[in-house]
Amino acid sequence: MLAWLFAPPSESRLLDGGRLRGATPWVIAIMSFSIVNVAAAGLALASTAELVARSTEHRYAVQVPESSALGPVLQAVRTAPGVVSSEPVPEREMRKTLERWLGPQAAASNDLPVPALINFDVRPGTAIGAIEQRVKRAAPQATISAHGESLAPLLRSLRTLQWLTLGLVLLLGAAAAAAVVLATRGALDTHSSTIQVMHGIGATDLQLTHLFQRKIAIDALVGSFAGAFAAALVLVLLATGASFAGELTGGAGLGVRDVLILSLLPLALTVLATWVARAAVLAALRRSL
Amino acid sequence: MRLGKRCSPGRAPAGEDGDWVLAAIVEFDAVGLRYGTGAEVLRDLDFRLGQGGFYFLTGPSGAGKTSLLKLLYLAQRATRGRIRLFGEELTGASREVLPEVRRRIGVVFQDFRLVRHLSAFDNVALPLRIAGASEQEVDGSVREMLAWVGLSDRSSARPPTLSGGEQQRVAIARAVIARPELLVADEPTGNVDAEMAMRLLHLFTALNRLGTTVVVATHDVGLISATPSAQIIRLENGTMVDPTGGLKNPPGEPRRQGRA
Repeated sequence: MLAWLFAPPSESRLLDGGRLRGATPWVIAIMSFSIVNVAAAGLALASTAELVARSTEHRYAVQVPESSALGPVLQAVRTAPGVVSSEPVPEREMRKTLERWLGPQAAASNDLPVPALINFDVRPGTAIGAIEQRVKRAAPQATISAHGESLAPLLRSLRTLQWLTLGLVLLLGAAAAAAVVLATRGALDTHSSTIQVMHGIGATDLQLTHLFQRKIAIDALVGSFAGAFAAALVLVLLATGASFAGELTGGAGLGVRDVLILSLLPLALTVLATWVARAAVLAALRRSL
Repeated sequence: MRLGKRCSPGRAPAGEDGDWVLAAIVEFDAVGLRYGTGAEVLRDLDFRLGQGGFYFLTGPSGAGKTSLLKLLYLAQRATRGRIRLFGEELTGASREVLPEVRRRIGVVFQDFRLVRHLSAFDNVALPLRIAGASEQEVDGSVREMLAWVGLSDRSSARPPTLSGGEQQRVAIARAVIARPELLVADEPTGNVDAEMAMRLLHLFTALNRLGTTVVVATHDVGLISATPSAQIIRLENGTMVDPTGGLKNPPGEPRRQGRA
């Protein structure tokens, strides 16, 4: 399949100038490095969003304004059908949370009515209405809220960032394509006399296109894989040193599918560069007789 | 050698008296050419070149010789009129058909147009490689051709290291290696001394004897007088002038029945 990349020496000599001497492989390497890193960030964000959504999907909280009613409400929740776990939030933690808004003195004051909170998880498909009725019977003032609702803004932000990274990947791909077009035009200018001679003695557009396409393809292949390799090193360092896949993303990391996607990116970039170079050369040749 | 394989085509016994007529390989009908919006540089060109003929294209500088040659080797399209090459109508032909026609034409450019970074060998080999010949075939033919033009020992030299005459011979070797049916040469002896000019002329006539139609644009009167069998096309101000005045062997009208 890749046999066309290996031209006979006589054909390689037609376009002088050694490979990797021009800026093209370096530009593509930088683009590839950026694309892989941005894509990795996007995929990590997607994993994080998925993890957060999954962990809060069946998690609810009961807010009890009168802490004296905590016991009966907890009992009502624990005995409700479908509830798999329940846990009251210690008052100490509640005061610690309030401290951020009210300051340490106010939060520590006994005059401050601190509501009680119970977190509980249910099995998928459990009717929350039935649990709510039980809770209301135990404490009419108590309210139930889904964790997903309170985390919805965060999830929306994560998904927006995810789309942003996808946009950046596409933008970088477009910039790489534009760089290839410029490089191809430069190569066409440099070799215009050779092209003129070859055209004059019967070379077809496709024969000429193959020469340039092959050169750009090899440059792109080398550049994109070098950039991707550098990006992989950075990702490994981040993952091990700064616990990129752990703390930074809240436990979410890059899965096998994500690694597969990332490893296909340099190949996709090579294909894009080759296709763009081919289109640019054919368009330029069509302007001549 | 490839050059020895062809007999003399294009000349067919026609009449009962056994005379030879030339089938037309080039036909121009009311052809005009202008560059951009300028005035016409070629006007109302009507002529036919017979297959296997030897033609000199003469005229003062600026008469349109190079423009006419460009039409012949398909570097330009005529802005009006009709051109047929090898019996094919090329006036409105699509770009896709032109490479195949160009492979049947050998061109010696006035400025040689050698590929500077390729060796003499690779320059001469270009037409064969473009035509898809095997490296074995290329190797044999190119070595033989370089020997023919006296450049065997310079096969690996690049054009910038060759003298003007050597570059000229490389350009000629490249033009004829694929055995073109039509050879077009623009001032091919402009950069060589008289002796080399005669040697190149002998090369052209030898090729012509093997069946190639040769069109040479030149100012060199010595070259013309040394080729008594050649016919002459004279251009002045973009038109063909009276070909009988002072000039010998005006381009003949090939007999229609003998056309390719």
